[in-house]
Amino acid sequence: MLPSYRLPNLRLLEAEAIAIIREVAAQFENPALLFSGGKDSIVVAHLARKAFHPGKIPFPLMHVDTGHNFQETLDYRDSFVKDLGARLIVKYVQDSIDQGRCAEEAGPNPSRNGLQTVTLLDAIEELKFDACIGGARRDEEKARAKERVFSHRDAFGQWDPKNQRPELWNIYNGRKNLGEHFRVFPISNWTELDVWQYIKLEKLELPSIYFSHKRTVVNRDGTLLAQCPFITLKRNEKWEERIVRFRTVGDASCTGAVESTASNIDDIITEISASRITERGGRADDRRTEAAMEERKKQGYF
Amino acid sequence: MHHHDDTIELLRFSTCGSVDDGKSTLIGRLLYDSKALHEDTIAAIDRSSKRAGKEELDLSLVTDGLKDEREQGITIDVAYRYFSTPKRRFIIADTPGHEQYTRNMITGASTAELAIILIDARKGVLVQSRRHAILASLLRIPHLIVAINKMDLVGWDEKIYNDIRAEFTDFAARLGLSDLDFIPMSALNGDNVVDRSTSTPWYQGPTLMYKLETVAVGTSRNMENFRLPVQRVIRPDLDYRGFAGQIASGVVKVGDKIVSLPSGKQSTVKSIDTYEGSHPEAFTPQSVSITLNDEIDSSRGDMLVHAHDVPHQSQEVTTTLCWLNEKALVLNRPYWMRHNSREVKAMVSSIDFRLDINTLDRHDATELKVNEVARVRLRLSAPIFYDAYARNRGTGSFVLVDTGSNVTIAAGMLAAPSTEPGQGPEFAI
Repeated sequence: MLPSYRLPNLRLLEAEAIAIIREVAAQFENPALLFSGGKDSIVVAHLARKAFHPGKIPFPLMHVDTGHNFQETLDYRDSFVKDLGARLIVKYVQDSIDQGRCAEEAGPNPSRNGLQTVTLLDAIEELKFDACIGGARRDEEKARAKERVFSHRDAFGQWDPKNQRPELWNIYNGRKNLGEHFRVFPISNWTELDVWQYIKLEKLELPSIYFSHKRTVVNRDGTLLAQCPFITLKRNEKWEERIVRFRTVGDASCTGAVESTASNIDDIITEISASRITERGGRADDRRTEAAMEERKKQGYF
Repeated sequence: MHHHDDTIELLRFSTCGSVDDGKSTLIGRLLYDSKALHEDTIAAIDRSSKRAGKEELDLSLVTDGLKDEREQGITIDVAYRYFSTPKRRFIIADTPGHEQYTRNMITGASTAELAIILIDARKGVLVQSRRHAILASLLRIPHLIVAINKMDLVGWDEKIYNDIRAEFTDFAARLGLSDLDFIPMSALNGDNVVDRSTSTPWYQGPTLMYKLETVAVGTSRNMENFRLPVQRVIRPDLDYRGFAGQIASGVVKVGDKIVSLPSGKQSTVKSIDTYEGSHPEAFTPQSVSITLNDEIDSSRGDMLVHAHDVPHQSQEVTTTLCWLNEKALVLNRPYWMRHNSREVKAMVSSIDFRLDINTLDRHDATELKVNEVARVRLRLSAPIFYDAYARNRGTGSFVLVDTGSNVTIAAGMLAAPSTEPGQGPEFAI
């Protein structure tokens, strides 16, 4: 037992995140919550529900749909949002491609992760969002470790890592000029394990792809990619059945599965505690260059 | 398994050191030896180490996040690192020690409960070591660990350790820093970081990790004075009006007599609500929604406090101010002041003195430039409700925002009104 009036780690992180989300509602006129159906955005949406209880979340959720989805995630998304009583906006990368705003990558597994940025920035401009709440965590990746909770974006949607506003105590400065916007990360200080512990504590449901299942995959340069219409086999590659699960939900063409028999939250927590691979380690698009994430973030990626 | 039960606490600490005193290596060592690094991270560091022509794993690369920094070989912004042991969860604010980046140290230290100051055993107590201690005391970090690093390069000489310890202790006493530990170590080789060194039989104290795992958490929180800055009013229907906010300090119970500032209207607490339900009491730093028994018009920027224990309310305040921007302070020019959920206009009407953060000397000043610290007077467009930072970090801190660029340009720690006796050691500074 903790001494009285002490908050354990998860409740401390929760209190901080709720305060941040309330700050967004108070400081911005037209915020949105970026919702991918992944575990981090589920946790953030759940925290938003808590922040405004007994009221409803006073801003919409937005999903930037790559079109390269796992069907399980879409099904989950729709039922989760319905339960939340929130408004969902879906913007499609395919529309951006069709409108000539961006072009599909060439190659055997064209990723649409990079293209999401175009769709997202277009949506921000069209819908005049001045803040987008995201589920990014600082422990995910080196470049994220230095990003502010209230992260400023210029009129081109770009992040300037060398010129970030100092962020002290729990004071968040969302002042901006016209055309600029903010990305806000309420679970910046959470680790992957915190997220899983919290999902367990709060008994949150997740898309089924997070749990162990049989799936047809191809082993491409050490990454297990799921069979889907967007992946073409290279020479010497073959589809094979493995018992896997996913640690992140992203573009199906580049999100790697891990071999795992973890079929419930407790199994996953045990697995992660002992795990030797960081969760983004399974994402083929981060490995392209060492500074890959930083480059994408500067361009306005999530 | 790590932090599997619900009683694990979180310790936020900051590290400060100069470019070459091994700070990044120390953090890399803490993460590596506590097995917080994953295999793919280690593989990436190994590749980078080899590319830089190093044979051994260069642990300093663990924390150097941004590409430009990797090229320059120095850390230039606050980076946050996360790890846990079976006993605790940790957040490290890794802050640069280079002279021009004092603002980053202040940023990283603002939420820290413990600071590690690195001293290179070959160089002893340098100007920057003193500066770090002064900033730690300004920000009221309750615990300080002085890591006397690179002891292997001075032959694990106990006398060198003792001399540094004595000199630093003398200096720290002037700052009112009392919770102070000294640890002789070699971050590069891992001595006394996680594992006890065999080279220091003369040292009986704890390893760094032991200290981090056992130091009291939360001692800097004010549990005495209830303060709830209202962030937002939750009003789903006519029957419910909740004042939502994160309790900045103290404890509140249902039935407590409260007053809303600035209106001065009084009522009693009807309910303390969260998503889980209603609670008989709540305490800092919980985020709650409070309803009252009387209809009181209160909104964002207001503060709910106990009727018998109100904070200072003033439009003229005295404060320590750290200037964070290349654009220097302009006297009598309005800035935005962000204090809790309240925003007012503020102008600096006079500078009492500039504080030399290397020596603690006070100087007359008419201007304030980046990385400088001063004691100033502010005039505000509307009153704020505050406590001295020394008593209450939650209601004693604020930032100034430039009205043109919207950039956060200064950070302040408020002093008690000067008429009030017994302000405590903050006036040593």
